[in-house]
Amino acid sequence: MSATTLPGLRPRTASAPVVRRRRLGPGKPIRFGAAIGPVLLLVIWSVGSATGWIDQRVLSAPWTVVTTAGDLIADGRLQSNLWTSAQRALIGLALGIVLGVLLALISGLSRIGEAVLDGPIQIKRAIPSLALLPLLILWLGIGESMKIVTILLGVFVPIYIHTHNGLRTIDSRYVELAQTVGLSQWEFIRRVVLPGALPGFLLGLRFAVTGAWLSLVVVEQINSTSGIGYMMELARTYGQTDIIIVGLVVYGILGLLSDAVVRLIQRRALSWRRTLAS
Amino acid sequence: MAPNAGLLSATVQVRNLVRRYDERAVLDGLDLDIAPGEFVALLGKSGSGKSTLLRALAGLDHDVEGSGELAVPAQVSVVFQDSRLLPWARVLDNVVLGIPQAVERGRESLEEVGLAGREKAWPNELSGGEQQRVALARSLVREPELLLADEPFGALDALTRLKMHVLLRKLCAAHQPAVLLVTHDVDEAIVLADRVIVLDAGRIVAEETITLPAPRSAADPGFAAVRSRLLDALGVSV
Repeated sequence: MSATTLPGLRPRTASAPVVRRRRLGPGKPIRFGAAIGPVLLLVIWSVGSATGWIDQRVLSAPWTVVTTAGDLIADGRLQSNLWTSAQRALIGLALGIVLGVLLALISGLSRIGEAVLDGPIQIKRAIPSLALLPLLILWLGIGESMKIVTILLGVFVPIYIHTHNGLRTIDSRYVELAQTVGLSQWEFIRRVVLPGALPGFLLGLRFAVTGAWLSLVVVEQINSTSGIGYMMELARTYGQTDIIIVGLVVYGILGLLSDAVVRLIQRRALSWRRTLAS
Repeated sequence: MAPNAGLLSATVQVRNLVRRYDERAVLDGLDLDIAPGEFVALLGKSGSGKSTLLRALAGLDHDVEGSGELAVPAQVSVVFQDSRLLPWARVLDNVVLGIPQAVERGRESLEEVGLAGREKAWPNELSGGEQQRVALARSLVREPELLLADEPFGALDALTRLKMHVLLRKLCAAHQPAVLLVTHDVDEAIVLADRVIVLDAGRIVAEETITLPAPRSAADPGFAAVRSRLLDALGVSV
């Protein structure tokens, strides 16, 4: 470096090298990083079971769980219980979606509807659905209808809240537009209101699906005679931790799968939005 | 409102129009006629009542207190400052919103504004100028007798705006609607309009019929004279 630096500026010489700043962010992402945690847990579980460090009565070994799952599938118990559970969840979910959307439309499109419906639903939201179980059992018994109603009650609230919010936050500029192009009430609902509320509805759907499985687990462990929850509850009485873990894995897979399905629907239905993000 | 015999020649008839917000008269006894096919530009400072007049003509002022007579044709189209396209509807569906039977005319209309082939695009994929051209297509496919435009080019860059001026003149020549263009751009008003009116405190305070030959250029001495008179009326001394 020449000596013609301006006063006040430090000349860059070998004695004053460029200081590399310490990186403050977390750094580059690791490949397959999301798999590391679960794989590590599996390794600990396997090693613990193999060395006898984990008592088989407390937690069955991973290979025992796999063979148990194989046996349960071979004698058809897993499929039939899974089918029963899936049916309950799907019926409850479907009815909850219909109810939630219907209430959201009534309350979102008319002031009277909002005045009558919104308050009670907000109160219902404050009460966990599962806290209603004692009452529902008294009213509906312990049969299928109680189970489906419990799931329905857990589902319709998030659908209602998010769809209603979606309806209420549709830009008033679009309402003005609909007036100037002379849309009828029905066309306005079909072209502006429903598509405008769709993002909210789909967000509600993601919460609803999670809620449906949650309610399912609880109702299946109360006086059930079928379903994954019943299978697990029965295994508890005999201390079969392997079957309990098979049930947990099935619940996990169902939860992940259904969330993936909703996300896929979201991507498809909201492709007009993706153009913004990309 | 049924037009009476003597008024049939005008597309728009406004008599003694008053609109009030909280006791403040935003339009204060305004009179205005627009002839069929006439292009009127409306200038005024912010708060002079430009948009209020346009909203009154568009029938968008439900909750506003007011009085006066107002006669507008059955077929009125509005172009807003923002293109106001439904983001969840494709371009062609936006153009034929509310008139799904007019898909073929919608395509022609898109071709007219230079967007042939973009029927299936989402509004978010278009530039600001293209979005505003879709909005123009949406207005014209309805064959309006009156086109109301509220600062339609206000959000566009200067070059795009010049192109839009050419396009709008071409479209108006083809479709012959009466036009009321609200703008704050004096040059834009002179370039486009047959008549420029200046609004202040809810009344028309100046009016200029523009007879300059097309294409109108700011370099024209006649242009400069009109501009300085309009700027005077707007209370801007140059």
